[in-house]
Amino acid sequence: MRKVSTPPETVRLTIDGQEIEAPVGSTIWEAAKAVGIEIPVLCHDERLPPAGVCRVCLVDVGEKRLAASCVREAADGMSVTTSTPKIEGLRRGLVELLLADYPDDAGNDDTKTERDELRELAAAYDSDPGRFPAGNGRPIDGSSKVIRVDHQACILCDRCIRACDDVQVNNVIGRTGKGYATRIGFDLDDPMGASTCVSCGECEKACPTGALTIASLWNGAAAEARTATGRVSVAAATTDLKPVDSVCPYCGVGCAITYYVDEAENRVVYADGRPSPVNHERLCVKGRYGFDYAAHPQRLTKPLIRRESAYPKGPLSAETTSSNGRRRKPGGLVDYDEVLPHFREATWEEALELAGRRLREIRDEHGPGAMAGFGSAKCSNEEAYLFQKLIRAGFGTNNVDHCTRLCHASSVAALLETIGSGAVTNVFADVENADVALITGSNTTANHPVAATFMKQAAKSGRTKIIVVEPRHIEMADHAEVFLQIRPGTDVACYNAWMHVLIEEDLLDHTFIDTRTEGFEALKELVAHYPPEVAAEICGVEADEIRRAARLFGSAGTAIVFWGMGISQHTTGTDNSRCLISLMLMTGNVGKPGTGLHPLRGQNNVQGASDAGLIPIVYPDYQAVGDAEVRAKFEAAWNAELDPEPGLTVVEIMGGALRGEIKGMYMMGENPFLSDPNTNKVRKGLANLEFLVVQDIFLTETAEFADVILPATSFYEKEGTYTNTDRRVQVGRKALDPPGEAREDWRITCDLATAFGYPMAYDSPAEVFAEFTALAPSYGGLTYENLGLTGKLWPCPDPETGDGIQVLMGDTFPTPNGLGKFVPCEFEPAKELPDEEYPFVLNTGRLLEHWHTGTMTRRSRALHEIAPVPEVEMHASDLAMLELSDGDRVTVTSRRGEITLTARESVRMTAGSVFIPFHFREAAANVLTIDELDPHGKIPEFKFCAVKVAPAEV
Amino acid sequence: MKKVHPAVVGAQPFQLAEHRPVERLFEDAEGRDRLEKSLSRYPEKKGALLPMLAYAQERNGWLSPEAMEEIAEALDLTPAYVRSVATFYTMYAKRPVGRYWIQVCTCISCHVNRGEEVFESFLEHTGTRAGEVSEDGRYTVIEAECLGACGFATVVQVNDRYFENVTPETVPEVLAQLEPGEPEA
Ligand code: SF4
Ligand code: SF4
Ligand code: FES
Ligand code: FES
Repeated sequence: MRKVSTPPETVRLTIDGQEIEAPVGSTIWEAAKAVGIEIPVLCHDERLPPAGVCRVCLVDVGEKRLAASCVREAADGMSVTTSTPKIEGLRRGLVELLLADYPDDAGNDDTKTERDELRELAAAYDSDPGRFPAGNGRPIDGSSKVIRVDHQACILCDRCIRACDDVQVNNVIGRTGKGYATRIGFDLDDPMGASTCVSCGECEKACPTGALTIASLWNGAAAEARTATGRVSVAAATTDLKPVDSVCPYCGVGCAITYYVDEAENRVVYADGRPSPVNHERLCVKGRYGFDYAAHPQRLTKPLIRRESAYPKGPLSAETTSSNGRRRKPGGLVDYDEVLPHFREATWEEALELAGRRLREIRDEHGPGAMAGFGSAKCSNEEAYLFQKLIRAGFGTNNVDHCTRLCHASSVAALLETIGSGAVTNVFADVENADVALITGSNTTANHPVAATFMKQAAKSGRTKIIVVEPRHIEMADHAEVFLQIRPGTDVACYNAWMHVLIEEDLLDHTFIDTRTEGFEALKELVAHYPPEVAAEICGVEADEIRRAARLFGSAGTAIVFWGMGISQHTTGTDNSRCLISLMLMTGNVGKPGTGLHPLRGQNNVQGASDAGLIPIVYPDYQAVGDAEVRAKFEAAWNAELDPEPGLTVVEIMGGALRGEIKGMYMMGENPFLSDPNTNKVRKGLANLEFLVVQDIFLTETAEFADVILPATSFYEKEGTYTNTDRRVQVGRKALDPPGEAREDWRITCDLATAFGYPMAYDSPAEVFAEFTALAPSYGGLTYENLGLTGKLWPCPDPETGDGIQVLMGDTFPTPNGLGKFVPCEFEPAKELPDEEYPFVLNTGRLLEHWHTGTMTRRSRALHEIAPVPEVEMHASDLAMLELSDGDRVTVTSRRGEITLTARESVRMTAGSVFIPFHFREAAANVLTIDELDPHGKIPEFKFCAVKVAPAEV
Repeated sequence: MKKVHPAVVGAQPFQLAEHRPVERLFEDAEGRDRLEKSLSRYPEKKGALLPMLAYAQERNGWLSPEAMEEIAEALDLTPAYVRSVATFYTMYAKRPVGRYWIQVCTCISCHVNRGEEVFESFLEHTGTRAGEVSEDGRYTVIEAECLGACGFATVVQVNDRYFENVTPETVPEVLAQLEPGEPEA
């Protein structure tokens, strides 16, 4: 029950003769600003805690000394004068001192994207920069791939330090030196590029001078282009560069971004975070600097048809031909010179006619069961919706799936089974209201970097205690109160032990268990066999540590859990998730602020693609294909007869292709060659397809197996809605024109459908969205207009005024009887345990700078330069045992294949396990992984297989 | 080479101290003991920063990046913060120093009493540049902030010993006193 709120206490003061009332705790500067009195500032930025170091904001409060208004609290009865000749003189002097050695080329309009506040003040005060002697040069640090540091232009306002420490919590920057020699320093005064900086760009955004600027704006090409187009002023961005309010194409956090576009050149010049509940203007390196892939010269611009000579089908480049790497060239991109000659350019009419006709023939000859489609979680809701509509209503099969199968299928299976809905119950930013946040199986700082900033901030504030359970010593562990470094694949044992402790010490929410759940007794019985001592043996951590974690968790008033692929990508993925759900149910941590279940979604639209029905067992909005009433509704809407049988999943479809059961396929923006487990099997499967249509922006490894390749648009070249991990539906707006003849994905799907004989025609994504929302109750009421700039959470009962529902399941669960269900799980070891021959456990995952199969990020200059080569991370003792050293070339072999890459010593690993990111085609981790599936989620065990490591043969 | 003001030298970026093997601080009983004693005296871990920097210098003769990192870790601070504190005080040696660490005050009182000239004179007589170790490993000369003996400007501190009223002319005398019997360097 909320008490009647008392009005916030206020203080009364006069500023420049004006009587004003301000909330207690506001600074003089804030109080003045509220009534429209502007006091100049330099070191102050409203997004940051005030520091009061520059003294430009001095005001007279009737004391002997002037006060810095950005930090001084407004007090009752205070009388403030913001401008006197003395104050103005001081300000002018300060600005002149700072300006004295300010480099001429710093903060110029060409390279400074934010306002240059120093130059602005200088102009306002008509300052004379020559009044003081200039100091000698402090250097320029060009070592970072993304930010240029001009120490001479730095005024030591500390804004960057606060941005790095307090906003992004990366803790990289400090001051170094003394007196005139003081500079900002990265870590122990390392060059920025060699420091622990993660290139998020927050410091560059915060800097009020030309000290920190975007490096690419300085480099030759960009600068020349600017002079060529006669545009010299970025400050005139509103007139010269067109700002486009959109979102990020990378991860499920879905940061709101403004792209600044040079229309003449059809190029994004730079990107910046914009205000939104999702990211509060923050971005990570991918969102801020990774947009240039769209302008890569290798973009597909014309439809391609496989030449007669390129049959029988098979891989075309040396890299994709075999797994043993013998003929492989170094480098990260498909070799166009090698692959393109096997295709010929065609007109859209010809390519579509051929694709439509051949798919139709296969369908007619072999039946709908021989058809399948892979949609993509990179495409928009509209595109996902149309894609599954074509497969279901056109092809006549439910064999439609997408990459969610490879990430959270098991989580969703567990969530549907236990609480009736696969979406998150609360948004990630609510971590600030949680007493405890459990983060497990998620290398959050790399994979959901901006969500991670909210977690790190919550921990830093002291409000939230973080528990990390992970086999690797990830960065988040440094922010954790308790860190359990468990053996890979032993999660179930660990959480069963937690539950054992919670029950034993009665740290339960009995009311919640009694009124909201079922099946607790069975769970209680099972976890009784898992005292911490038993789990300690299995997990390789101390029993007392497990107790400590469980107690901390159990005694929290509110707890929230975040999990990622480390939980889901196991053959026990569903069990892992079930355990987490049970943990939350027995402590009543669902349905209130500060609590909830949050499987962090990987792709920018993995939530939306699932919502839109790219799942073989459900229509849009999770309406079961087997339900006759539901089916009737969709049959009427789509004017077609629909298959009542659930379709096949990703790995099953590949298996079907291998066996010759699946013959015709349509792939939109997916690259299973690199993303699916056991590449050697995928290769054979793809080659075995009778007809394959690939729609993508680049010629991917998968496209080498295609009969027809259709050139699609990148994220920036089309409009659509995307649903982030929080369930927030946001509009991505068109920033660029597509290159050549490339077409929007939704248009291509319509055209292909029409060519196939199931005509589809829409004028705009908004029209598709309207059709989709009419069939998907959760999206009911949402329109492009009311989504506005910051989008809305689904469900949104009052879309015209509300933001959507943040916390779900407050009173009841969307299960048939409204109760949440405990599903007890026994611990089961992974499918392929290490043995004498293959002694290491292989863990796969992602790096901060790269995205999945690298199609985009390896074509982005900055991202590629920061992380150019594949490396296998290993513990020092393992390297020593194998008589290897950091930087050696090694061959990693599993029962399925081998790859060669560079060994990297990492303090984040434990002995006995190795980590390989799966972005790198030249050392594709999935050559090694095992295609064993979780029985419920059908998700492959990417996170665990046995490998051996040996020095590479030269 | 461009002439750089001596004060800036030690803090030029990327002049990382040469990496010579340094002892880890808190891996033996002595180090841990010092850390714990220090921690017990302050309400916050952060409080132990200055004593631990001093301890590292006492133990290794200078404050290496490794030591700063170790201290940051032990006190839950960021390396950048530790360095900002360490570099604020001239009395912490951020690079290896010679056997005689000569700190010449050039703050206000000493400045008006020819402190800079004294400083230059020390550089000349030791044949070094600011912050450098002389070839024979004996001397390092730096400029120091006020040494708290302003009445006796110019003040020079050599290791733990103060020399007062030093003038450029008396510099050789000071050096001679350091190692009686040995010829001046
Ligand atoms: S780019 Fe980000 S991580 Fe790097 S120094 Fe700036 S704020 Fe810190
Ligand atoms: S680099 Fe920029 S933000 Fe950082 S202290 Fe210098 S002027 Fe301020
Ligand atoms: S703005 Fe207030 S001191 Fe800098
Ligand atoms: S000014 Fe030199 S000792 Fe104080």
